[in-house]
Amino acid sequence: MIVSFELNGTRIAHDVEPRESLADFLRERCRLTATHLGCEHGACGACTVSVDGKATRACLRLAVMCEGSVVQTLEGAEDDPVMAILRRHFHECHALQCGYCTPGMLMTARDIVTRIANPDPDCVRSQLSGQICRCTGYAGIVRAIVAAGKEIASVGKAGESR
Amino acid sequence: MKAPRFDYLRATTIEEATASLAADGHTALAIAGGQSLLPMLNLRTTFPDLLVDLGRLDELKATAETADTVRIGALTTHAAIEDGKIPDPFGGLLRKVAAKISHRAIRNYGTIGGSVALADPAADWPGCLMALGAVLRISGRAGRTRSQPIADVLKGQYATSLAPDEIIIGFDVPKPKAPLRWGVFKVTRKSGAFADSITFIVTHGRGGAASVVLAAATDRPVLLEKTSDCIGSGKASEESLRSAIAGDLSAHLPQADAYAVRLHTSTTLRAAQQMRNQ
Repeated sequence: MIVSFELNGTRIAHDVEPRESLADFLRERCRLTATHLGCEHGACGACTVSVDGKATRACLRLAVMCEGSVVQTLEGAEDDPVMAILRRHFHECHALQCGYCTPGMLMTARDIVTRIANPDPDCVRSQLSGQICRCTGYAGIVRAIVAAGKEIASVGKAGESR
Repeated sequence: MKAPRFDYLRATTIEEATASLAADGHTALAIAGGQSLLPMLNLRTTFPDLLVDLGRLDELKATAETADTVRIGALTTHAAIEDGKIPDPFGGLLRKVAAKISHRAIRNYGTIGGSVALADPAADWPGCLMALGAVLRISGRAGRTRSQPIADVLKGQYATSLAPDEIIIGFDVPKPKAPLRWGVFKVTRKSGAFADSITFIVTHGRGGAASVVLAAATDRPVLLEKTSDCIGSGKASEESLRSAIAGDLSAHLPQADAYAVRLHTSTTLRAAQQMRNQ
């Protein structure tokens, strides 16, 4: 069946099997391979993308359910100012080892810092508990998200005082 | 793994959804948020011929407040409840329960109706809605509708009174007559996992009737009658509470081992403590 939605700013349409997950759709049909698949049952978070502005497990959404939605993958966040801040802090805090979980971590981190202003480490740990890093590099990831949250909050304040 | 093959229908009306679910000769399943059903499909523990997507049925999204009840649409997501997007005359109980379900990406899609329709014994909403005395509004084919209290809907592990053609439209949750005092305590092995034990306690004002529901202990949430009476009497000492819980556990969970008894006792005592602190 034909499914059509906005993907990273472009309207797309593909003929898909109903059983095809959004994650497989992105990787196999659209060749957008930043979205990784770990567990395929919602436990690891590696496939997290944004659908209609909401953090979404791409393995727990059928492509056909996304009809008319706005989907953004990590590739689509290339020019996103929030993602630029997160990328820099991930780099500075050494927030990745093998990198397999990183796309899901970044998409989830973006959701955390846009939903919660200046989150503290406990809050980030709790919010991040659905993302698994099998290298166990959580300390750097949490530090990076906390630092990014702080920077975004201070940019916001500077913006208000102008 | 990948899901097995199935057909897919994006229902546009309740009539279309219920007629498709009822059709003979195939196995049809309703899907709302899909946050339990898609893992089951991906793990190939279920093989439907047809998925009927209820996600676009606006009637199932409607939430309203009347003089006596809060009407919660079946498609209301855990995240919407967590974010306070529905009326909560229950003193923040619904928000607290919603925020502790799985992870945010799951809560963005998982629905209160889906949770009850699946009837996982360890799920949060069935027990919570039972403690609040919620009544389901249900639709079936040919425009048939009925209402049923949640305690009568839950029949066991993944078993409900819903006929194959029936879907949940929403829940009518009675508004408390006096400010609600509540406690909820949940034990999970790790963050976001299904619970090993959850106790919900709801008391209508100081000295009002209490409802204590234990979930994740047996095939469905159970009302702990003696514990409810003990807390409702307003004179519950630690000793009397422990003895009431022991009585309820031996009645409802005769097979429980020493660990399970300690676990459920502790969960219930902590929920009671939380309620007393309000």
